[in-house]
Order: sequence, then C-alpha cells, then structure tokens
Amino acid sequence: MFSLASVATISACIFLFCLFFSIIANIRNIAYLAETTIGVTVFFDDGMTEEEILALGDQIAQRPEVKEMNYISAEQAWESFQAEYFAGMEELAEGFAEDNPLASSASYEIFLKDISQQNTMVSYLQSLEGVRKVNYSNDLVAGFTNLNRLVGILSVVIIGLLLAVSVFLISNTIHVAAAFRKTENQIMRLIGATNFMIRAPFVVEGVVLGLAGALIPLGATYILYGRMVEYVGERFSGTAGGMGGVLRILPLEALFPTMAAVAMALGVGIGFFVSFFTIRKHLKV
Amino acid sequence: MIEISNVIKTYKAGNKAIRKLNIQIADGEFVFIVGRSGSGKSTLLKMLMKEVEPTSGHIIVNGVNLQKMPRRLVPKYRRRLGMVFQDFKLLKDRNIYENVAFAQRVIGVPPRRIKENVPEMLKLVGLSSKYKFYPNQLSGGEQQRVAIARALINNPEVLLADEPTGNLDRQNADEIMELLAEINAQGTTVIVVTHSQEIVDSMKKRVITMDKGMVVSDKRGGEICEIQHNLL
Repeated sequence: MFSLASVATISACIFLFCLFFSIIANIRNIAYLAETTIGVTVFFDDGMTEEEILALGDQIAQRPEVKEMNYISAEQAWESFQAEYFAGMEELAEGFAEDNPLASSASYEIFLKDISQQNTMVSYLQSLEGVRKVNYSNDLVAGFTNLNRLVGILSVVIIGLLLAVSVFLISNTIHVAAAFRKTENQIMRLIGATNFMIRAPFVVEGVVLGLAGALIPLGATYILYGRMVEYVGERFSGTAGGMGGVLRILPLEALFPTMAAVAMALGVGIGFFVSFFTIRKHLKV
Repeated sequence: MIEISNVIKTYKAGNKAIRKLNIQIADGEFVFIVGRSGSGKSTLLKMLMKEVEPTSGHIIVNGVNLQKMPRRLVPKYRRRLGMVFQDFKLLKDRNIYENVAFAQRVIGVPPRRIKENVPEMLKLVGLSSKYKFYPNQLSGGEQQRVAIARALINNPEVLLADEPTGNLDRQNADEIMELLAEINAQGTTVIVVTHSQEIVDSMKKRVITMDKGMVVSDKRGGEICEIQHNLL
C-alpha cells in the first residue's frame, strides 16, 4: 500500500517536472527564436552622412549585448519598400525617379544575445547623439522574461512540495518494511551480516520505487508530448505568421533525452538516498 | 579460551546488571550458566556477542579483546560464534533448508557450497527428511534443532545457547541437550544459559551460578551445587 503511494507520489512529482521542463524549454526556444528573428531597429537624425552613421554603427557594435548587426542603407530601404508595396505596379514608383523618399531612413537592425537585455540596449541607443528613433517590442520582452520567471518559480515550489511528500512516503515504506523484517535483520546481525548486507535489500527497494516512479511519468510524457506536437503541427502550421514563425513547439527528440536523464536521476536518487538514510536508524551493530 | 576479567555493567537507568565478574572458560568446555531472572546471565551472553558493552573490565574471546575491537570488525567476530535462542528465531516464511542456508548466504558462502553444507547439517540434527517443511509444521524440539543447525553451519568456535530448552517438554529438552553434547564433543565450546535444574543435574558439566550480577558458585561436573539449587 505504502509502496503504491510512494510510486504514485514520485510519479506525480516527476510528471510535473517533465511538464515544467517542457514548458520552460519551449519558452526558452521561443525566446531564442525571438532573439534571432526580432531585433531592435535604430534610425538616425536627418542630415547625417553615411560615414557618420557607419561610425556610430561601429560604436554600437562594441556593446556586449550585441549579437549581430545589419546596416540598411537608404537605398536598400527604398528598394525593399518598393518590392513590398509596389509589387506589380512598378510604374507608380517611377514617379519618384531619382528622389528617394526614404533618404533619411538608413538604419541598423540589431539582434541581441539575450532578449532580456533589450531595455538596457534601448536606453543606451536612445542616449546616443544622432539617434532619431529606436523601434522595439517592449511587451514581447517583458512577456517572455516574466513568463519564464513565473513558470520557473511555480515549478520549483510545486516540485519541492511533491519531493518532500515523496521523501516522507518512501521513508515510511522503508520503515514499515524494516519493522516487518525485524526478526530477519536481528538474525542477520547476530549471524555476522555487515550493515551493507542488511541495508542492501532496503536500498534496492527504494531504488526500484524511484525507478518505477520515474518510468511511469516518462512514458506518459513521451506519449502526450508526441501527440501534442502532432496536433499543434497539424492545427497551427503556417498560422504563426505575425510572429515570423516564432511560435514553434520543440520536437520530442530535442528535449526527451535530457528530460529522461534528469527524471531518472531524480527518481533513482530520491529512492536511493531516502532508503539509505532511513534504514540507518534500524541498523545497530 | 574465554576470559572475563573484572567486568562491570551498569545500564543507563543505573541498574547494575553485572557487579564484578571473573570467569575463564577453556576451549572445548561445556558450561552451564544458571541463576534467577535478573542475575545477569543474559547480559553476559549479550556482552559475549558484543551486543552490549561492559562499563568496565575486559572480555577476551580466543585472543580477541572485545573492548578494543572496532565496530567494523564486529560482524566478522560474530561469524566465529553460533547463537541459539529460547524462541528459536526462525524465519517463518522460509522452509527449513532456506533457514539454514540463510546463515551461509549472509556471510557470502558460494551457492555450490551451500548446497553441500546444508543437507549435511540437517542430517547432523536429524531433520534430513523435513528440509521442505516450514517452521510452523515442526514441533518445538524440531524447530530448536533447525536453530542449532543454523548456528552450527558456519562452524563457530563457540556456541551460545540462551534457554534453548525453555519452550520444550522434557523429552525434547533431553534430545536437544544430547545434540549440544555431541557438538561439544567435536570441539566446539558450548555455553548454555538455563533455568532447568533437571537438565543441569543430568548433564554433569561445569555449572556457573550467578546472582545479582556476580558469580556465587562455580562447580565442575558432578559436584553438588547447594547454593545453585537455592538460586534457581
């Protein structure tokens, strides 16, 4: 009875670990994609020459937050604009002839190493002499940072509570088993069994409980996560347009090996250490 | 040789179980330790098993000073002793063969040797035909034979028996004592704690009588023990 309760609690604990692991891994993946595809765009004051802008660009590139920078000249901006808005109606753009309406729109597109550093970078850019405007998405950054932190705290609290319950239940199971085998242990001691010999069956029992408690939720996660990836793939493929394909779920193979290794270590570790230390109370040389 | 010199044992509550004990038991001797309840007999056995530490004094068993023995060596020391209890202490969920084999498994004897040793030992105690029986299918005398087989299977130098006939009728008790005498005849030192005057009288062995944690009489085989009779 206690064994079942122990396995069930460890399973619940490790299932939640798998759940939060998946959520956090996916949030981080989204953040990573956001960092690599969503950048900060800097525009410069009217009348600045290209040389002055490039010099300022060199200065910005020295910042530790910067991962990559792309310079978009006024000409490139105008060409890009034409390609996007005058596609199939090129004759309309001809009216501008040699007069580039985006002459003052040379810019730098800056990608950051870590999206949480965006506010620091934006403040720096805004403080620079010659910078006219900085475009960025503040809500996205705040959203990712807060969500990541919230899920992290929540997972630590819930997993911590379940760990404590698991420790208590395994400890109780081992206590009951030790009481049940009291005569056997007493005989073993008097015959000359070492503490290792007396302790080994209990530790094995603890490890088996931990292993069972890890394998069950890992199996469940494998099936459920795989199905979710399929479902999301079928239902939402190509609909994330606005986010530039940022909302993609990590495939099972990307996170399962690490998740399985940590979950097994957690289950076996809890089983081993709790039974090892619990049975110590019953050992008397 | 077992040498018990100036041993005192006072339990935490202040109860003086052993006041001052000096006993010498030679190799291959058969010794009865008698005395009323609370005389210190069981404490003496526990000290010999190194379950209980003396408050002062020394116990030397076959050259090993128990007070100087590190805890890690206690299991090895106990393998040199055999222990038989009044309530047999058999594992009820295992058959007779398994109960005896258990003692060998615990100390890591290879399975092939266990298969050879256990039937031999069951033959010695007269239970060859009942090796598949469980303890509750045997009489008290037979259960005690199993316990003796288990105590002997690892060839102990000393056999300690705590009231081995306490739960047996006279006939079974006599058979057990005959078995212990046979074991002793093969060279094993046997120490038996008992209340049974009839057993003590019939065996004509050395009898140490204890009272209030002290030896009050130590008679060699055949001597009449007047003090001993009063104290039983």
